[in-house]
Amino acid sequence: MKAKSTLFIGAILALLIGNAEAKDVVIVTSFPKELFETYKKTFEAKNPGITVVINAKQTNAGVTYLRETKAKPEADIFWVSAPDAFQTLEADGLLEKYAPPKEIMAKIPAKIGNFPIHDPDGKYFGFAISGYGLMWNKNYLKAHRLPAPKEWTDLTQARYYNHLIISAPSRSGTTHLTVETILQAYGWEKGWALLLNAGGNMGSITERSFGVPEAVISGQYGIGVVIDFFGLSAIASGQPVEFAYPSLTSVVPASVGIVKGGPNPQEARAFVNYLLSEAGQMVLFAPEIARLPVIPDLYAKAPKDYPNPFKKKLGGVEFNDELSSGRRDVVNSLYDHIITFRHNELRDAWKSIYKAEEALAKAKSVNSAQAKSLIADARKLATQAPINDKRASEKEITGAFKSKSGLKAQLETEWEIFAKNNYAKAKELADKAGALAK
Amino acid sequence: MAIASARAAPRIAARIDWWQGSLMALLLVLLIAFILYPVLRVLSISLTDDENNLTLLHFLNFFRRPLFREALWNTLSSGFLVVLFSAILALPMAYILARYEFRGKLLLQTAATLPLVIPPFVGAVALQLILGRSGMVNLVLMDWFDFSIPFMEGLTGVVLVQTLHFFPFILLNTVVSLANVDSSLEEAAQNLGCHGIRLFRRVTLPLMLPGFIAGSLLTFIRAIDDLGTPLMLNYKNLLAPQAYLRITTIGMDDVDGYVVCVVLVMLSLAALLAARKYLSLAEYATAQRAAPVAGKLQGINLAIVWCVIAMILGVSLLPHIGIIILSFSKIWSFTLLPTTYTLSNYHEILFRVPHFVVNTLIYTLLAAALDIVLGAAIAFLLLRSRVPGRNFLDAVATMPLAIPGVVLAVGYLRVFHGWDFPGVGAPLTSSWLILVIAYTSRRLPYTVRACYAALQQVHVSLEESAQNLGANRWRTFMRITLPMIGGGLIAGGLIAFITSCVELASTIMLVPRIELGPISYGIYLYMQSPLGRGAGAALGVVAILLVSAGTYLTHRIFGGRAGSAFRI
Repeated sequence: MKAKSTLFIGAILALLIGNAEAKDVVIVTSFPKELFETYKKTFEAKNPGITVVINAKQTNAGVTYLRETKAKPEADIFWVSAPDAFQTLEADGLLEKYAPPKEIMAKIPAKIGNFPIHDPDGKYFGFAISGYGLMWNKNYLKAHRLPAPKEWTDLTQARYYNHLIISAPSRSGTTHLTVETILQAYGWEKGWALLLNAGGNMGSITERSFGVPEAVISGQYGIGVVIDFFGLSAIASGQPVEFAYPSLTSVVPASVGIVKGGPNPQEARAFVNYLLSEAGQMVLFAPEIARLPVIPDLYAKAPKDYPNPFKKKLGGVEFNDELSSGRRDVVNSLYDHIITFRHNELRDAWKSIYKAEEALAKAKSVNSAQAKSLIADARKLATQAPINDKRASEKEITGAFKSKSGLKAQLETEWEIFAKNNYAKAKELADKAGALAK
Repeated sequence: MAIASARAAPRIAARIDWWQGSLMALLLVLLIAFILYPVLRVLSISLTDDENNLTLLHFLNFFRRPLFREALWNTLSSGFLVVLFSAILALPMAYILARYEFRGKLLLQTAATLPLVIPPFVGAVALQLILGRSGMVNLVLMDWFDFSIPFMEGLTGVVLVQTLHFFPFILLNTVVSLANVDSSLEEAAQNLGCHGIRLFRRVTLPLMLPGFIAGSLLTFIRAIDDLGTPLMLNYKNLLAPQAYLRITTIGMDDVDGYVVCVVLVMLSLAALLAARKYLSLAEYATAQRAAPVAGKLQGINLAIVWCVIAMILGVSLLPHIGIIILSFSKIWSFTLLPTTYTLSNYHEILFRVPHFVVNTLIYTLLAAALDIVLGAAIAFLLLRSRVPGRNFLDAVATMPLAIPGVVLAVGYLRVFHGWDFPGVGAPLTSSWLILVIAYTSRRLPYTVRACYAALQQVHVSLEESAQNLGANRWRTFMRITLPMIGGGLIAGGLIAFITSCVELASTIMLVPRIELGPISYGIYLYMQSPLGRGAGAALGVVAILLVSAGTYLTHRIFGGRAGSAFRI
């Protein structure tokens, strides 16, 4: 009798909490539905008896979740785009070391460009390659008579003022990588000048990665800074958009890692193996997923016009992911405090600068030399970062973001005031120049 | 409501009895475990330093930072503006709805509640497609006149959208007050020669003021706590988005986010207490009421009234209309209307992955039922007992009105993760029960208020006579009290149900796995994928239908006083 009632209660509990007896593999991921649903289906078909349980979270929220739950992990797999999220988790000791079977690993090259596809310590594995680029709405550009952009530097052109959109790097792992790519491609100072100038051209800075493709697809904004699959899958679904990689871009693997002490280590390994196998890699070609496999041979079976990162000269930036993850909090907070949270002031400054330049181009006034130098000063003010790259990687600064000492608040206040004053001054100078040129 | 309870002097239980005492203890344990303690756990972060010593440094830093000062100022000023514009929209409508009988009134009342509940994300997208910079309206303007209006930009956009979103709070509450105005007072004034404007200004206005104040303060609190609107307009220099962005970005380590939360909670609590204080004094006077006069609207007047109200509602229901169009669209890009239509979005959410809809029904109905039980128990203790601790119970039960969903969710993660909850066999945070608990806690104030209002109208003497005739307490409750307050209970539960249907902030943080997600989580997932916004919109339509059905029933049951459940 007692056993019976225990069984009964057990059955109810099992119903309540999900089937505790069947083998699960619990995956924390930031990937879109199309991707993880397809993998769930194909993996479960190949591995009867294992159920894939998806816990979809935004990248940063996923890291937070794993940290908060580390005493008793509930997830087996962490599966996102941003490599520095994995670095953070590795540094915290939250990932399990694993060596997938040799026959699987033999087909995958060690590096793409200069970037190692897998973590040298065997804590996480690249399963798809992503590049960063620009997507635009054809109808929108036609209506506004704008040419399609080619390079990151195009984003600084006056004609794109108020037509661009980006997500805040602090909110989106992929945008953070784009920002780092730009900083590493052009150097800290020129990189920030580009980001600030492009920031002034942004019509909007969203807090969700998918806010960018959404705004471009619906035609709210013309051009968006996105990771490639957002562009490629939107094209595949028939939206009137296009996508291009700028010549200076980094290609970075999206990775998968096993959570240390997860409840189902056996199943977790099976999932990683499947992801890296040929069958698992072929899934990436599906139009609604549109990602680039890590097995070079597979591109022979790719759909027409599919970009091949191993052949095409994609890249041109030797992405340093240690540098990137080391200063990640600093770069994100810097971007927020001088661009995202001061967006109105920054936009106003650039509006005035463009106006003055336009007036100057038309005018044949005697004061043009003076106006020119005023504009140059204004541009300088509106493209300056408050700290240099050496300082940004210093222990004292990066540590401030992991403590409650108040240094972080102090730094952020300094940056924000620096930005606000600079933009106000830049606007003032540009307005003056505009008046002179008239 | 605490002070008002003095009037309904509990004559049944003159002494504290063990039954009421243990009910009180049980409720306190529940409320402390699921509301007070998790919230305090989160907020205490803002008061400690790295070594867990008490410090005020973080609060000083808050006021030292221009960004936060600006956010505070923007929050307060936009809150006031929203109240002002909402009042302008709501008051004429309230007067008409309360004082006239006409065809289609129930329909209008239902429609007037709908703006309060916009499905997350898709509402934003839909509104952008209509009012955004390349939205319907601006595309037409660009085509015809070559200019566009930035409806959806900056703080102006936030105020505009929030006004359309929250004005029903003022409307519903003012209608309640007007319905409660004792018509004999107006008649007396008329007999004494007071008519027209003067009658309105000297008699009607002061009498409807309590409802108006209650609605205004609720609007204010909701506007300053509102996360969805600023996020959808990408306007970040307000307190709520600052708190949210900081907590979810750097995570638990970022103390600034919690400081902002505390400031926000303090503002809301201050507004709440002020409103309660005022109401408890003012409402007392209008407790005795006779049926108010209802004029009949016909012919041309009816047509005018319908036109005006339909216009206001039409604008505030734009997101809903947009969602419906979006749900049938395949491709809608930079054009007036979608260029390709499809039914596949509905196939996706109803047949391929129906669990979002099913889960929503399970969670919200369970939460509503729990809220009814808890609300009735709390209202009973507040009105019919003298057990000590009632004010505290009242305060904790009302607190969720002032607590952002993110704070509660983070608190739950902090408190309930990592240990097996007795009876569940797993941590509460890995079970769907956590969502039911979150919804129950977040919506409890509504049912408490509704039950309180209902119970207040049942005179104690009725219960006393039943007991004098030999009925025991349980029988009295079942046969006398319950039938009389049943309508109020159900209406309160329905409001908990409709608002939970679109609850977002706590849902996103707490869903343990995708199969356990409700509609709002499903929308979030769909919106992340490039092909998903149509399906997301279809889920939004389902949410709107659920909410509409709930609202319609509320008005059917509660009649003119439906708004009293939205009270503070």
